[in-house]
Amino acid sequence: MGKRLADPAGPGGGGKAAPALEVEDLTVAYNEKPVLWDVDLSVPPGVLLAVVGPNGAGKTTLIRSVLGLLQPVAGKVRIFGRSLAEARQRVGYLPQRGSVDWDFPTTVLDTVMMGTYGQLGWLRRPGRREREAAMEALSRCNMADFAGRQISRLSGGQQQRVFLARALVQQADLYLMDEPFAAVDATTERAIVDVLRELRSQGRTLLVVHHDLETLNEYFDWVLLINVRRIALGPVSEVLTSENLRLTYGGRAAFLSVEGSRGAAADDPPAAPGGGIEA
Amino acid sequence: MNSLLAELLGDHTLRTVASGAALLGISSGALGCFAMLRRQSLLGDAISHAALPGVALAFMLTGSKEPLTLLLGAALSGWLGTLLVTRIVRGSRVKLDAALGLVLSVFFGAGLVLLTIIQSRPDARQAGLDKFLFGNASTLLSSDIRAMALLALLALLALLLLWPRLKLLSFDPDFAASLGLPVRWLDLAISTLIVIAIVMGLQTVGVVLMSAMLVAPAAAARQWTDRLASMVLLAGAFGALAGISGALLSARIERLPTGPAIVVIVSLIVFFSLLFAPNRGMVFAWLRSRGQRRQLGQATVLISLLQLAQQHSDPFHPHQLIVPGSLSRQPRRQAAQLVRDGLLEALPDGLYRLTASGLSEARRLSRELLPGEQP
Amino acid sequence: MSPQLEILLIACATAAACAIPGCFLVLRRLSLMSDAISHAILLGIVGGYLLAGRLDSPLLIIGAALTGVLTVGLTESLVQTRRVREDAAIGLVFPLLFSLAVILIARFADQVHLDTDAVLLGELAFAPFNRWQAGGLDLGPVSLWVMGGLLLLNLLLLFTFYKEAKLSTFDPALCAALGFSPLLLAYGLMSVVSLTSVGAFDAVGSILVVALMVAPPAAAQLLCERLEHMLAISVAIGCAAALSGFYLARLLDSSIAGSMAVMCGVLFLLAWLLAPQRGVLASLALRQQQRWDFAGRVLCIHLLQHEGTPEELSESAVQHMGEGLDWSPAFSSEALAHAQDAGLLVRRGDLLELTELGRETARETLGRA
Repeated sequence: MGKRLADPAGPGGGGKAAPALEVEDLTVAYNEKPVLWDVDLSVPPGVLLAVVGPNGAGKTTLIRSVLGLLQPVAGKVRIFGRSLAEARQRVGYLPQRGSVDWDFPTTVLDTVMMGTYGQLGWLRRPGRREREAAMEALSRCNMADFAGRQISRLSGGQQQRVFLARALVQQADLYLMDEPFAAVDATTERAIVDVLRELRSQGRTLLVVHHDLETLNEYFDWVLLINVRRIALGPVSEVLTSENLRLTYGGRAAFLSVEGSRGAAADDPPAAPGGGIEA
Repeated sequence: MNSLLAELLGDHTLRTVASGAALLGISSGALGCFAMLRRQSLLGDAISHAALPGVALAFMLTGSKEPLTLLLGAALSGWLGTLLVTRIVRGSRVKLDAALGLVLSVFFGAGLVLLTIIQSRPDARQAGLDKFLFGNASTLLSSDIRAMALLALLALLALLLLWPRLKLLSFDPDFAASLGLPVRWLDLAISTLIVIAIVMGLQTVGVVLMSAMLVAPAAAARQWTDRLASMVLLAGAFGALAGISGALLSARIERLPTGPAIVVIVSLIVFFSLLFAPNRGMVFAWLRSRGQRRQLGQATVLISLLQLAQQHSDPFHPHQLIVPGSLSRQPRRQAAQLVRDGLLEALPDGLYRLTASGLSEARRLSRELLPGEQP
Repeated sequence: MSPQLEILLIACATAAACAIPGCFLVLRRLSLMSDAISHAILLGIVGGYLLAGRLDSPLLIIGAALTGVLTVGLTESLVQTRRVREDAAIGLVFPLLFSLAVILIARFADQVHLDTDAVLLGELAFAPFNRWQAGGLDLGPVSLWVMGGLLLLNLLLLFTFYKEAKLSTFDPALCAALGFSPLLLAYGLMSVVSLTSVGAFDAVGSILVVALMVAPPAAAQLLCERLEHMLAISVAIGCAAALSGFYLARLLDSSIAGSMAVMCGVLFLLAWLLAPQRGVLASLALRQQQRWDFAGRVLCIHLLQHEGTPEELSESAVQHMGEGLDWSPAFSSEALAHAQDAGLLVRRGDLLELTELGRETARETLGRA
């Protein structure tokens, strides 16, 4: 590890460090209806950022456009100050669990090794080094005992941890994770949070699509509130106001917003223990 | 046209062929709708191939070439094939497409084996069984038509009787089950009706092309309507239209086989519908999306000016045209149009200002297009 | 080489060459593309013939392979319009292409030997007659060279692009995110399917191409848990079907291609029935075992609850065992036998007594509930 660690200066540290992710004027439309509207973001390196918004708010679309998986109508994406093509090896992706067929004939270890394919590029095959990296990632997710098992014979939470391990071996500096906490058991949720914090403490940047407002404050240090437009971006304690939540969720979430802001106020300030913003 | 009609009415063979093709078109078109809505469009392909061993076995067991006997054999083995597909999908991790491919090729292989066994028997009467393979409409006899008409009538009658339940089942199987409908039985019933429609068509268009008769009329009808009843009627009509015109064309033009002619015509109907059907048709959709894009472009200009002006805490603050993205490809031209519409006011130095009606329009659009409330 | 050996070799090479791309088709849920492609290529063959004016021109092969890819392209663009779904799109495209081919044959190529029967059914028995002669030297049947070459090509591509093929089949989104091109890989696969179908249909007919591409991978899918194994087992099953099909055809004096397709089905059924863990028989056995396991636990709890109580004598008597639990005499005696075998209880004369393991099982079950 550590061959491509992010700028250790961290957010605001040197002041000169390029943002981990910079999005300008990003607009995406399906059928001439905007899904993302003129979104501007600048995410400093080393933060653990939750992407929050109602269904259809464009969270997955944001991640997929950053990865170049779909063509935006307009907008620019820079990753550590470079284009996606130049920075692709520094970006890790964890798709939604439901996006693949878990009956596929492959073992846990093989699935995790797929994370190394990007570094290998075309034609080169995974070898001992990749296998060891995959095993190490599995142990970090408490899944080492399942290495030889076929992926269909795992529980939902275990499958999610396999995906997490696969993201880990990508050795990325910027991680984009699409709902890693969706429908997982408490043990898995704990395990995922631990891994996310560990990554953040190594100076990596994480964008995580998240649904649970109650745990926002505990798990994350930054939050992006989004609903077609960017509503707010910043440290959880500053951004998670009832006004912003109302803007994100509309009048429907009046109750939620009050609860959320109260929680935020109580735990104030710098949300997450171990703080990623200390540097 | 008159001479064509006269020919159709006068020529016995042609009349037979055309009415066979029409019967086939109506029933496969109507029943194909259910197959398509249930994402089983290719079931027809599997069933038509799976019918072959039934034809051969029926002949081997009875020694008769009576159309009803052979069709019954075809229906039984096609039905068995359908059942097997369902069992494989429910009882193993093999997916629907592979199960269809399996049944299709294995049953057909078995049919070939049986046919070659029949052919090697010293029995001259087996000639003509292979018309089930490739279809040969010109050999249809009045007795064939009677058998087909009987089957079509039975299938359509059953369809009518089961209509409300089948409708519910096609749209929302889970809801249907929660209402206590016997979903499995209805599943079986609809499969059986599809099997009947298919075996009817085998002699006319053959195994390979039969799947098109199930898929194409339904796919074409789907473009014209969102209602199941009109879709079924329309699909039946498209099927009949293709059947009759295919039969006529192949009678008129030398060396134009009937089955392929029908399939080409029904495909043309599909492509015409895909392009020109109102609402869903691609030409209309393209025109509409062009209009929408223009509207969206204008909306972008208005909303942007509103947002820019609000930064000066005065909604009427004049501002230069800074518009995000290319949702508005020619902001200046759209601004000019908005000025003509009285929503904007053009000021010197490339500045624009919202008018009163422009402001309320901008607020309305912003609420409509962008969720959440405006700051 | 005897003609029979040649036929067997051709059949095995075809089976192996089809099984490799077939595995990926089945995993991508595109099995029926094999059906569509193997029918649609007739149009390319006819077109090639009309252009070249003879049947042995390479234009036929090129045309056929191109129509295969065209089928995929047309299907995909129909799906892209979002007005028909994938399965309906397949069902629209290939009958049209096949119809056009049949019409072209009827109108312009009626006099040559280019009939639909030959394409659909194939006749493996004739394959040894078409030989490759070079300078008066007999180099063997053309089909053997063609299929052997295709098998080698498929193996080569498989070894070269294994990692990419696997990733793009399992997770196209990650594949694209890592910088590969899933679209390129998908079309690559379809070109391989197309080329293999073109080579194989001449020898074995399009129906057997479908059988060989779908059935062995589907059977292998039930038998194994890794893609490498699935590929190897598919090839083995395909060859087994080809060999046994040949002898079945001889036995019945019937179509070779048909018999091989039938054997594909038989082998699939066997795999489905006998697969370890997930086969029909294995899951039946598992259900049985769970049933007796459950009955054993109930027995243990029953005995435990009456241990040391005044009713112990009557409640633990073998004869009354079933009554309290509302079991039929036959079921309770079998349940007792299974529980004794499992070491949960022992029989002393007419009375039943829990073993230590039995007590533990009862407590554990109660604690869990």
